[in-house]
Amino acid sequence: MFTAFDFDVILRSLPYLFWDGMTFTLMLTALSALGGLVLGTLLALMRLSNLPILGAVATGYVNLMRSLPLVLVIFWFYFLVPYIGQIITGAERPVLVGGFASALITFTLFEAAYFSEIMRAGIQSIPKGQVSAGYALGLNYRQVTSYIVLPQALRNMLPVILTQAIVLFQDTSLVYVLSITDFLGAASKVAQRDGRLIEMYLFAALVYFLISFAASRLVRHLQTKTAIIR
Amino acid sequence: MKRLATVMALMALPGLAAAQDLSGTLKKVKETGTITIGHRESSVPFSYIDDKAKVVGYSMDICMKVVDAIKAELKMDKVEVKLVPVTSSTRIPLIANGTIDLECGSTTNNVERQKQVAYTNTHFLTASAFVSKKASNLKKIDDLKGKTVVSTAGSTNIKQVVEANAARNLGMTVLPAKDHAEAFLLVELGRASAFVMDDILLASLIASSREPGLYEISADAFSLPEPYGIMLRKDDAPFKALVDKSTAALFRSAEGGQIYNKWFMSPIPPKGLNLNVPMSEKMKKIFANPTDSPDPAAY
Amino acid sequence: MSYNWNWGIFWEASPEGVGTYLTMLLMGLRWTVATALLAWVVALVFGSIVGVMRTLPGRTIGIVASAYVEFFRNIPLLVQLFLWYFVLPELLPQAAGMWLKQLPNAPFWTGAIGVGLYMSARIAEQLRAGIKSLPRGQAMAGTALGLTTVQTYRYVLLPMAYRIIMPPLTSEFLNTIKNTSVALTIGLMELTARARAMQEFSFQVFEAFTAATLLYLALNAIVVFGMRRLEKAVAVPGYIAGK
Repeated sequence: MFTAFDFDVILRSLPYLFWDGMTFTLMLTALSALGGLVLGTLLALMRLSNLPILGAVATGYVNLMRSLPLVLVIFWFYFLVPYIGQIITGAERPVLVGGFASALITFTLFEAAYFSEIMRAGIQSIPKGQVSAGYALGLNYRQVTSYIVLPQALRNMLPVILTQAIVLFQDTSLVYVLSITDFLGAASKVAQRDGRLIEMYLFAALVYFLISFAASRLVRHLQTKTAIIR
Repeated sequence: MKRLATVMALMALPGLAAAQDLSGTLKKVKETGTITIGHRESSVPFSYIDDKAKVVGYSMDICMKVVDAIKAELKMDKVEVKLVPVTSSTRIPLIANGTIDLECGSTTNNVERQKQVAYTNTHFLTASAFVSKKASNLKKIDDLKGKTVVSTAGSTNIKQVVEANAARNLGMTVLPAKDHAEAFLLVELGRASAFVMDDILLASLIASSREPGLYEISADAFSLPEPYGIMLRKDDAPFKALVDKSTAALFRSAEGGQIYNKWFMSPIPPKGLNLNVPMSEKMKKIFANPTDSPDPAAY
Repeated sequence: MSYNWNWGIFWEASPEGVGTYLTMLLMGLRWTVATALLAWVVALVFGSIVGVMRTLPGRTIGIVASAYVEFFRNIPLLVQLFLWYFVLPELLPQAAGMWLKQLPNAPFWTGAIGVGLYMSARIAEQLRAGIKSLPRGQAMAGTALGLTTVQTYRYVLLPMAYRIIMPPLTSEFLNTIKNTSVALTIGLMELTARARAMQEFSFQVFEAFTAATLLYLALNAIVVFGMRRLEKAVAVPGYIAGK
């Protein structure tokens, strides 16, 4: 049935795979990494704050997200987000949320839990004396956090953050379960339409591999560079 | 009963046209200028993606007529149609949570689902059967004893298989597949012995497969012919009345028959095959007297 | 909200004819646990072999081991499962491919082994880090005592390394449990898939997902509790984790 390997089917579907699929995957990865990092930093600051309630809320959220499989979380949010939108905006009907927006919200909220752990480690790696010095200079909490603590924490944790972004890039393939056309979704649609599973799945594996591998090499390179400077 | 429903629907309409205070989906369309339609990826010929990555099909054509009627009703020049791909398993929650306004695919209308969603007039009738490779010689439901059987997750069909499996003590392994194309592929690859689905969808899957001669559809059916309907949100009477009115008008007109013939009696994309399914007597009856009854016995 | 809540749904009979919807979810939980355990065994066995290979002096062995790790780390788990489930049987000789496809519970075996291999690359990295964290003198002492390389690893390095990496192993085991849910894409009826099926049969989306969420949390709590006790029991005296 699948005797001849058909390169042609890959060539013919390249525009669809990359223009429709890969654009979606990369946009989703970049935006949700950014959103997750911002939200994760907030969560980390909450956990390290002096207010026990804030800390408990953040800890509960992070532990909940880290205990659940991403697939389940994707299902949850795909069906729940329109209702949340309705409650937030006070609209009389559930708010329309498209596939991309839904996936973006899901991954941002899910990844925030993982980024918050990274940022917490980063913040805790800053010597206490620096914070005290900041306060001694008359800076307030906001200033100490945004001018002294976070820039260094971000810098120290950059390789870890980028590694997590690579994991995120791979994880976005799970939107397949919602029939959304990301890179893998596009590949599987062609595979099923033309009955060319072997070609399309091997090609998809190759593309994911090359991108992740190249990216992780870059991160490693960056790591050695920053290590020397420090 | 059918008559009564039609009459009531017609009576509800004049009030709607004049009303300033639109509600539900119509209000949403008026305010946002868009309507969101859920479509399928491999429900040939009802709603599927052709070789140019365009969404086409019999149900899609009917829905576009409905969109025209909505445009006329709301006196809008333009209504933007947004398309969202759905699967058998996501379509009902997505109607309920407002992601899509109309679901134009191959969705069976039944009493159970009407607790969550509403349906407009039936546009097709089909029974649940199974496809298998001729070589494996499976004709009756009982032949499936101990076999691995696939069906599409979230369909009425998978529920029927699961129930038959328990009731008849068949000991089948029932695999859920994401969509019809994937399910058929599992039979093609030999991962599953049979695929249980609506017979019209099976016929088109076989026709568009690489070697149609390899497969056959079972003689036994898991159900009576059941109605397909376009899905909309529950408890939105003005919207349902409008959709009911426009589909009823379409089915009664010559155009209804033309749309039927376009998808069932002529070559269709992507491969230009002709399904050659003439309109049955029952179908002619529901085109003459449109109904949204979920009861298979009513047809 | 146009949603009909019905928390009594769990006590209603499921279409499977062998009990309620709750039974259905619990059966899913059983598959999740079974898949996670088999995957964990696969991950530990292959992860240990490859992890040790990465610390051995031979150059070829090191390249093979790091190629293994890079392969399994840089391809999404979902794609890996598709490769094992859809692609592998077609590339094998027809008889072998057919045997694979006809295997009873094929999604379970494919899912468990697939998740296990994926996790093995991460365990290999953890173990390598554990071995590397040991003072070099330990390996040298082994050699000085006349132990062979195998004996040095068996009696000196590995017993220490495994105990040091217990905490990361706990979280990798939790990851293994979570990752088994990806196997629903190849038809494994584990917990998430059952919650999904329950949603499809009963249309009670949020009840089904809430129940699945609680079951995952309970499973996590049990594993964390068990592993903490194990960590305490095997902690190395003199290390921060030890007594």
